[in-house]
Amino acid sequence: MLESIKTFASHFFVTGDPMIYGADASIVLVTVAILFVLTYFKKWRWLWDEWLTTVDHKKIGIMYALAAILMLFRGGVDALLMRTQLAFPNMHFLQAEHYNQIFTTHGTIMILFMAMPLMFAFFNIVVPLQIGARDVAYPYLNAVSFWLFFFGAMLLNLSFVIGGSPDAGWVSYPPLSELAFDKGPGENFYLLSISISGIGSLATGINFMVTILKMRAPGMKLMDMPLFTWSILATCIIIIFAFPVLTIALALLFIDRLAGAHFFTMLHGGNPMMFINLFWMWGHPEVYIVVLPAFGIYSEVVSTFAKKRIFGYKSMVASMMLISIISYFTWTHHFFTMGSGADVNTFFAISTMAIGVPTGVKVFNWLFTMYRGRIRLTLPMLWTIAFVPCFAIGGATGVMLAVAPADYQYHNSYFLIAHFHQVLIGGVVFGYFAGLYYWWPKMFGHVLNEKLGRWSFWFWNIGFYVCFMPQYALGFMGMTRRLYTYPHGLGWSSLNLVSTIGAFMMGIGFLFQGAQILHGIKFGKRDTTGDPWDGRTLEWSLPSPAPHYNFATIPQIKGRDAWWTMKEEMKQPGYKKEPVHIEPIHMPKSSGRPFIMSVFFFIAGFGLTFDWIWMGVIGAIGVGITLLARSFEYDTDYYVPVDEIERTEAALGRL
Amino acid sequence: MKLRTLLSRMKWFFTVALATVMLTGCNGQFVVLDPKGPVGKQELDLIILSTVLTLIVIIPVLIMLWIFVAKYRDKPGNKAPYKPEWEDNKTLEIIWWGIPIVIIGILGVYTAKTTFALTKPPVQNVAPITIQVTSLDWKWLFQYPGQKIATVNYVEIPAGVPVNFVLTSDAPVNSFWVPQLGGQEYTMPGMALTLWLQADKPGSYLGMGANFTGEGFAHMRFHVIAKPQSDFNAWVNHVKQTAPALTKAGYQNLTQPSVTDQMSFSSYPDGLFEATVNKNGGIYMPMQQGNMKKEDTPADNNAMKNMKMGQ
Repeated sequence: MLESIKTFASHFFVTGDPMIYGADASIVLVTVAILFVLTYFKKWRWLWDEWLTTVDHKKIGIMYALAAILMLFRGGVDALLMRTQLAFPNMHFLQAEHYNQIFTTHGTIMILFMAMPLMFAFFNIVVPLQIGARDVAYPYLNAVSFWLFFFGAMLLNLSFVIGGSPDAGWVSYPPLSELAFDKGPGENFYLLSISISGIGSLATGINFMVTILKMRAPGMKLMDMPLFTWSILATCIIIIFAFPVLTIALALLFIDRLAGAHFFTMLHGGNPMMFINLFWMWGHPEVYIVVLPAFGIYSEVVSTFAKKRIFGYKSMVASMMLISIISYFTWTHHFFTMGSGADVNTFFAISTMAIGVPTGVKVFNWLFTMYRGRIRLTLPMLWTIAFVPCFAIGGATGVMLAVAPADYQYHNSYFLIAHFHQVLIGGVVFGYFAGLYYWWPKMFGHVLNEKLGRWSFWFWNIGFYVCFMPQYALGFMGMTRRLYTYPHGLGWSSLNLVSTIGAFMMGIGFLFQGAQILHGIKFGKRDTTGDPWDGRTLEWSLPSPAPHYNFATIPQIKGRDAWWTMKEEMKQPGYKKEPVHIEPIHMPKSSGRPFIMSVFFFIAGFGLTFDWIWMGVIGAIGVGITLLARSFEYDTDYYVPVDEIERTEAALGRL
Repeated sequence: MKLRTLLSRMKWFFTVALATVMLTGCNGQFVVLDPKGPVGKQELDLIILSTVLTLIVIIPVLIMLWIFVAKYRDKPGNKAPYKPEWEDNKTLEIIWWGIPIVIIGILGVYTAKTTFALTKPPVQNVAPITIQVTSLDWKWLFQYPGQKIATVNYVEIPAGVPVNFVLTSDAPVNSFWVPQLGGQEYTMPGMALTLWLQADKPGSYLGMGANFTGEGFAHMRFHVIAKPQSDFNAWVNHVKQTAPALTKAGYQNLTQPSVTDQMSFSSYPDGLFEATVNKNGGIYMPMQQGNMKKEDTPADNNAMKNMKMGQ
């Protein structure tokens, strides 16, 4: 009996590494600390009412952002561990197994649990406000999306201390990820956590597409929408087509592992290449899913801080729509060297290069928005300016990678690693930082400290080039990705050391941002105007943070840059403020069910990870019951009474 | 922060970054940029062409960014024109939609040409040699159907002769990469893909597995040793006379996960490569993909001509 418990425990808990024990201890300590603080300050009720059950898009957005920043920390620590291991040849800091787990979770977390939720944070915080809506089209579904993402992310993070992390790479190619080569529960954690959060992502895509198409304020034509909202629409189109592909691919692989099917095995007619096709049919459009919203952010930031209308609006819209289509003709470039044949390779080489055209057009349009403007170098603008050279170089190396025969040399090398980090950090992360600084006052009602932000900016930027420029060179030296160690004498040592130094500089940059957030909570300058940047779009017409119903009266839109035009009107001599006529506002009710349902998803996922079918069944029954309960609920909305709105608006100085 | 400090900081950082990369790069070997065979040379030509063509876009972008940010700063007394409503210019837009399209057109043409060219032997007047490559956990097995010998973790080839590498895997998907000779190709279980390479001069060239295959992946390096034809023949004879035979049991041993040193074998079981492809799924593939029979890969060097495998 005792023996079997011991065997189980050694299989269940990850052991044998001081770092793991450290993580165990810190997880327990942090959990105890959180429980203590919540109990001591009697915040349980508050947590449940205000956050866990909320369907308010702004609060959901904030939760997405906080979770994403935490995941950025986790993924960043992974990166630093890897770079430490690679700093010198023949290092013995990490074992192969541990290293493999770390690069797998680094990739998975950064793409799916950092970039995606941070993007959804912007969807939630900005889109309804920009289009003059009071909430998203399906607020309840929105909460479901968030909690599915959250518990999916938790499931993957749990694998670090329980069961073992996935170690087949974030692309998880079979047959390496099949049972024959990967017994452990780690791969199951990967498949189930992404599947669970993927349901949420798909729902968000549908939700925001409907929101943008159906809930714009009266008068706002499609071609009047702010470019950020346009970028979200383009993103949603890609999400809706791409995410089902990922879900199916992962489900088939999971059926292989759980039920012994042979979709992607090497036996009985299975074909691993089919998985690789499906994965990248989602995976490459995914790159545009995360970068398009960043493009939207740059458009807003450039136009606000150059104090000028965006240059070439129609071109910008057209290029985003083109990207959303061409992104589906790029997946094969991930395996030019998998024997597709010269004809197929040529087609996908040219279609991949072609996506550089609309992307390049956007860069020129941003530049010419600055031309003859008045540029204020605030933090969001600094990040946008830093983005341009970084992304231009990243885009150029992207075109170089698309040249199929040359790709025979770059593929799977550090050249590739440098390229995609350059577009993902230079394009996506810089953009999301710009967006966070830009909309932070709208989210929290205060402006972040500029000085700390600049320290962070320089550490991030210099660190970036120090980290990734050597990696291009390493690629030319024949260094391949995912090596946990390398010998002396290949000439790789000093460049790797430089690269590691750069990575730590970016880490310091992140610490400054952490300090900036803490500083902001305590000392941040309050934004009383609601419009700290002299903005152009509707969200700046609201107080910071906006009341839960957003707009006391829905504005009438007369063209692009709606808030800017209104401000111009107000400046006209003889402008008379129209009397505010307030009516009761129809709002959705909070619900605990999205949270509870996601807990059941988590239980089912955890059970299936360990092949405990009974636990999977319990979770599935829970999910079924919560779904059923919702369908019998009729009391889902209410009206905010006029006097409450008047009180709120008066307190905000809006009446 | 003043613009001047900003600029000087950026200058400082670019100089330092560039200098670091350059200095540290000196002791390294940029194998991709130093090809030793016609395939690698063609790929390098494309690398250079694509770099030059993309610079046509990048350089103006960097210059414009620099000038615009410096000139249109929002500071008191800035006399530069300010046109907040200016938002459209057809000529400009046509220029920056047009130029990238032209660039990609040019690059596309050369890409297509080279892509098709590389599916054929790099030189036509020399009879090629075939080498069958199997990636295993975590080692490389090379079989010479013409010479009937086999090696592990090193491969010798005659210099100046096109080599038709036929690739498969009896383990997870890997990728066979010899940067100085030119490019890589995946090794896929159940498939046999081809990669033409050629070394112009004798020498030893580093090769490696480029696609992650688990714990021992980092140790999957091998050397390609190019020799004059006569030395190559002598080496084959030497292996035939001195090395042990690779038996079926011996092959089974090799497929077990482990990291090994170099090995040589004077012979190998008949049809081993074809059996490996077939058992891993080749039997389910239509004729042109796999389903290999022994007679499909005869010892003669035109082996793959009729098969159109992969490429």
